[in-house]
Amino acid sequence: MGSLANDAIAIARRARSLGARRDRAGAALSLGIVTTFLTLIVVLPLAALVWESKKAGSHGFWAAISSPEAVAALKLTLGASLVVALLNAVLGTITAWVLVRDDFRGKALVNAIIDLPFALPTIVAGLTLLALYGSRSPIGINVAYTRGAVVLALLFVTLPFVVRTVQPVLRELDVEMEAAAASLGASDAVAFRRIVLPNILPGILSGVALALAKAVGEFGSLVIITGNLPYKTEVSSVYIFGRIESGDTPAAAAVAVVLLVISFVLLLTIGVIRHVTTRHDRG
Amino acid sequence: MSIEVRNVSKRFGSFTALDDVSLEVEGGSLTALLGPSGSGKSTLLRIIAGLEEPDSGDVLISGELATALRPQKRNVGFVFQHYAAFKHMTVWDNVAFGLSVRKRPKAEIRDRVDRLLQLVQLEAFGHRYPAQLSGGQRQRMALARALAPEPRVLLLDEPFGALDARVRAELREWLRHLHEEVHVTTIFVTHDQEEAMDVADQIVVLNAGRVEQAGAPASLYDEPRTEFVMRFVGEVNRIGGSFVRPHDLDIGHEPLDGAVEAMIDRISRLGFETRVELSGADGEPIIVQITRDQLEELELERGQIVWVTPARERVFAAS
Amino acid sequence: MAKRSLRSVALGYLVVILVGPLGIVFWRTFQHGLAPAWNALSAHDTIHAFELTLIISAIAVPINTVFGIVCALAIVRREFPAKGLLNAFIDLPLALSPVVVGLALFLLYGRQGWLGPWLTAHGIRVLFAVPAIVIATIFVSLPFVAREVVPTLREIGDEQEQAARTLGAGGWQTFWRITLPSIRWAVTYGVILTTARSLGEYGAVAVVSGRIQGVTETATLRVQQRYESFDLAGAYAISIVLALLAVGVLLAMTLIRPQEETA
Repeated sequence: MGSLANDAIAIARRARSLGARRDRAGAALSLGIVTTFLTLIVVLPLAALVWESKKAGSHGFWAAISSPEAVAALKLTLGASLVVALLNAVLGTITAWVLVRDDFRGKALVNAIIDLPFALPTIVAGLTLLALYGSRSPIGINVAYTRGAVVLALLFVTLPFVVRTVQPVLRELDVEMEAAAASLGASDAVAFRRIVLPNILPGILSGVALALAKAVGEFGSLVIITGNLPYKTEVSSVYIFGRIESGDTPAAAAVAVVLLVISFVLLLTIGVIRHVTTRHDRG
Repeated sequence: MSIEVRNVSKRFGSFTALDDVSLEVEGGSLTALLGPSGSGKSTLLRIIAGLEEPDSGDVLISGELATALRPQKRNVGFVFQHYAAFKHMTVWDNVAFGLSVRKRPKAEIRDRVDRLLQLVQLEAFGHRYPAQLSGGQRQRMALARALAPEPRVLLLDEPFGALDARVRAELREWLRHLHEEVHVTTIFVTHDQEEAMDVADQIVVLNAGRVEQAGAPASLYDEPRTEFVMRFVGEVNRIGGSFVRPHDLDIGHEPLDGAVEAMIDRISRLGFETRVELSGADGEPIIVQITRDQLEELELERGQIVWVTPARERVFAAS
Repeated sequence: MAKRSLRSVALGYLVVILVGPLGIVFWRTFQHGLAPAWNALSAHDTIHAFELTLIISAIAVPINTVFGIVCALAIVRREFPAKGLLNAFIDLPLALSPVVVGLALFLLYGRQGWLGPWLTAHGIRVLFAVPAIVIATIFVSLPFVAREVVPTLREIGDEQEQAARTLGAGGWQTFWRITLPSIRWAVTYGVILTTARSLGEYGAVAVVSGRIQGVTETATLRVQQRYESFDLAGAYAISIVLALLAVGVLLAMTLIRPQEETA
């Protein structure tokens, strides 16, 4: 090979690293945009939040989250969210089943309105519930300013989660599997418990986890209908809002960090459920 | 347009896909990269196209170093196993894509696309979407699309792998005709030795990231350099330390020189040809191909003890 | 029959939780005709609230759309360390209380926050002004586009993009002519969800806006303000408009979902 050819190869080699560098520069640019944006919008504010909660030291932090009112609010938040999540697991699964396996007039419409709580502003949801179940209730049911109102509002805003995570799984599920179970002598109940349930369980669980996350952080739908009575109907979000209003930001930040941690844990749980199920599908 | 690959190596994590591979492809030829899955044949094709970057080594297209060029600058036509059809475009727009991104004049694009659709017999399907085509039609569309920008080389990655047997055979035949007509340097990847033998005028056998042997189909079949090649390009019997093709074995009732004793397990008549399955003295399976006439003449039957004599055998140095 | 009773349970549940309450609000709003509702809606501050809500959405939605697409491409098409972390942070706004979001922004941009003093010194007003509402809205509606686009990108794979490259298309050409058309329904779906969330956000905005009537009061804040001023008719009227927007969103979702599934 002549020296001219060698030169050409050397030049081309340099060009290769340039070309590769240009590709890599594109990757770095898009990654840079994503990271910068996320940092500015999400990470930095949350860091400021954690920072504020630690201002008063660990003693102050514990004092803030163990104050009787904060504890009562947190207990109500978690208690009501768990009740709502469980109700969702049952009623959401039934709704999903009816939407997939049953057939009736207006099913498409029913299917469409399931998403309404996603689209409806939460404050409107609260006002709406108050119209039917408040002091001016035309049917004589008044739950306003009670813990029943908390559960009702949370049921409204979490309605779509379990339905929408179970529905696709149920649709994919082979009807023949149930038929096979029936032909082997299983009753409907047994077929559901042994065949359908194990298959849709991951969907139910991730829907429940999503509903829990939504319920624990809910604010807008609760402010009107619960009356925000401390020790009675005040949930953590409302408590935080109250602390901000009265200028006690360290206390607000301390409780907010607790909610932040709960959110992270629930997200992680959802991630694990998703990971386990996809592996199950592949295997 | 010739293609030259020089000392190319490529690793994915701890897996070595290509280990110091070199090969030369003559301009205008039709070459098959043949090997089992995981042999690195697709990776090599993708490196030639610029879709993968080699860790070391170079690719030259018609004598020019192409390693530095990104795929869109290499002017190679690439046909993917699963067609990679642009689903949101009509067949016509799919074929026109390579020309329209080069901002060619509208009239020229129209002419060339119409001509190519005619060539691949899809002129009546231009307004359809890929989802409305059969697998074979989609693959022909992909071929027309790859040929539209007049590529210097045409690369096909398992082009018929996703099709059923009948369509495969049809397209194979058709690809050979097309190559005679267009005469663009073509490399295609396949794991099917019959396909490679049938279509290609040169075959490169790859195994575990290395080139085992390259040459004309006949020479690979008749003069395999390694046991791997011998086994991969055709059926083979191992008798003692040597390898024999089923049609290079004679069956007789007398022990000739070099004959081994075997018992007939099964006889299957496949039209003109007959396959006789036997087991040797050590129980090793032996397969012999004979004609129907030979079968009748020898009056073979299941359970008979016969003598099998290699007419032509090969011995490989232990590797 | 079991099927019939399950159907009753499901439909009964929906009526109790969803359909009943919404029906009552519609009835209450229009029981005395259109005039009271119309009067409530034409109040100056109400009109301003709707205008502000629309402006906020018009800023937040395009930003989140671009971010969502870039983000989805990075997650699906690129390999980089800490991808899991990025994934977690993108989902966070879905799981986090809007009040916590508001508080975090309040603490960052407030008078004693990290950025507050610097911003004040340069005469930039973020908190209790439109910028804070925009940032809060971006935060809470951040994940929707990315969440919709990621699975679609995974499903279509990158073979079409590779094919475009070998046919001579550059990076931008490939994106505009191949990638974007392939994910268009997922992007549209994500944009609709983002819009719904932007129009309806309440908690985070309640914290950072200062709720100044006629200045930083959005439509949702206006509902609360009217309710607290014992103007139920006004609160209902605004709610109805927001509910109709939600129904529009629903309609769009229902129309687009089949497109997305077949695309």
